[in-house]
Amino acid sequence: MKQTEPRTVALRSVRWATLWGQLEFRLFLLAGVAVIVGALMLLPEDKKIVAVLALPWLIAWRFNMALSLLEGPGIKYVVPTIFGVTLLFLWERLVTDLEVPLVILPAPSAIWGALTTNLPILWVDFVQTVLKSVIPGYIMGCGAAFLTAIAIDRLPFLQRGLLPIGNLAAALPIVGIAPIMVMWFGFDWQSKAAVVVVMCFFPMLVNTMEGLQASENMQRDLMRTYAASYWQTLLKLRLPAAFPFVFNGLKLCTTLALIGAIVAEFFGTPIVGMGFRISTEIGRMALDMVWAEITVAALSGSLFYGLISLIERSVTFWHPSQRS
Amino acid sequence: MRSILPIATVCIAIMAIWYVGAVFLNAQWERDQAERAGVEIGWAEIIPATMVQERPVLPAPHQVAGEIWKTTVEKRITSKRSLVYHGWITLSATLLGFAMGGALGIALAVGIVHNRAMDLSVMPWIIASQTVPILAVAPMIIVVLYNIGISGLIAKASISAYLSFFPVAVGMVKGLRSPDRMQLDLMRTYNASAWDVFWKLRWPSSLPYLFTSLKIAIAIALVGAIIGELPTGAQGGFGSRMLNGSYYGQVLIIWSALIGAAICAGLMVGVIGVVQRITLSRMGLAR
Repeated sequence: MKQTEPRTVALRSVRWATLWGQLEFRLFLLAGVAVIVGALMLLPEDKKIVAVLALPWLIAWRFNMALSLLEGPGIKYVVPTIFGVTLLFLWERLVTDLEVPLVILPAPSAIWGALTTNLPILWVDFVQTVLKSVIPGYIMGCGAAFLTAIAIDRLPFLQRGLLPIGNLAAALPIVGIAPIMVMWFGFDWQSKAAVVVVMCFFPMLVNTMEGLQASENMQRDLMRTYAASYWQTLLKLRLPAAFPFVFNGLKLCTTLALIGAIVAEFFGTPIVGMGFRISTEIGRMALDMVWAEITVAALSGSLFYGLISLIERSVTFWHPSQRS
Repeated sequence: MRSILPIATVCIAIMAIWYVGAVFLNAQWERDQAERAGVEIGWAEIIPATMVQERPVLPAPHQVAGEIWKTTVEKRITSKRSLVYHGWITLSATLLGFAMGGALGIALAVGIVHNRAMDLSVMPWIIASQTVPILAVAPMIIVVLYNIGISGLIAKASISAYLSFFPVAVGMVKGLRSPDRMQLDLMRTYNASAWDVFWKLRWPSSLPYLFTSLKIAIAIALVGAIIGELPTGAQGGFGSRMLNGSYYGQVLIIWSALIGAAICAGLMVGVIGVVQRITLSRMGLAR
């Protein structure tokens, strides 16, 4: 709607009048007023003051609306950060002011407390789940899928058969094999790594197979005129052309791998591991510890994803999606 | 339809590998039994025996098929031993969650496309929300929701919804932005209102993206519902079936639940595919 207008406006000149002109802003104000009124009506007598919390939210959002009209290198990071910090602040205030019991939702400060006091336990769980189960399983699963894709690359017949089946398998609830793998490989990390291998295999296979088809006929013909062998064409043209797809698969698999390992730990595990800790701490109703474990899982998931994205950026720097 | 032959070949190959795997994985148990009984047995005795074990390491395909037949056709669907009964419990949660997640995803995408502040502040967090291995904490969410008085269907559906809103939101943002500058400019020359631009240009051109993401969303919603059933145990569904099977070592139950879930996933994705084909061909968008 407003996309065609230039955004190089100074912050000062973003007037209330311009904001008021935006339909979304009016809707947003309306929502804010509705929240305040609703809170005043629904909350018990001594908690009505909590409705004031809608104010910092409105102020932060108004600030963000103004900021987002600007162009600049930092805006991309500043705006989501403000949004996140506001959310955290509201969470903290709401939980403490409304005296929400710990079993339902602990405050961020309580989670932070559990996180800092239990660092040794969290570290042991991290080693067991991420370093021993996720990483080996991820490397084996993605590696096997990558090699399989290259191996069947020369057999179009097998490809036509495997591609639909691989696509179907990517839609299947594969985590369901977790109990079977625990029966086969025992309670320790081997069974978790096995689940991760199976979970990563098909998404990676399908992506690599698609990637290997990504080079154009013209480019392949050029390689032929150079009298390039199959392997030279593969290494110098088709693999590089496949990398955007390969990394797409690799990034997909990071989350899948973490999920597979943690879920498999629900079906039997030695007495360490993130999944084990989550299920036992739920049993003890120590929800702050559970949330601390979730924070660690989310952090390791994001780091894992970020690491793969960094490698992707350095390997496929030529791809349009990586150029600014 | 030239790909039917290759697909059939691959399926047959998978079956063959499965049978060979069953023979080798189950053979050890037969050998142990024979050794204990003090008799020598050769492959001629082992191979038929591995096909009919009661608690095999890897059940042969026909055993799983037999178990599924026994628990779907030969049981009344109200029976707690019927796979159809359990399947419906899981499916109802899946469909409810899918509807909730789909609606949320579309609403978020519409907001993100029309409001730059929302694009900048919400989009990064949507992406970050998916690096949280939510599936792994699903049991906790079930317990928490149980504490505030929400249990059963809604609790499971909310996990499905959390998982399935993401592909829809991301796909729809892409889809609603897919009309190019020329088309948007044309709408401007018509003096079209924001509503008209949305309803007559952005929404129709986003439909191919919508269907693609709905397929991913429903598959992942099913996974969410299954995982959501793990902690509640006895209440039923594919997930509790798997958990019971793993507690009592009933391998056939696990496998039949797994295959049943896989069939459901395939069917639901297939239904969306059919709707997609009909809709897009009527809109003239089919390739």
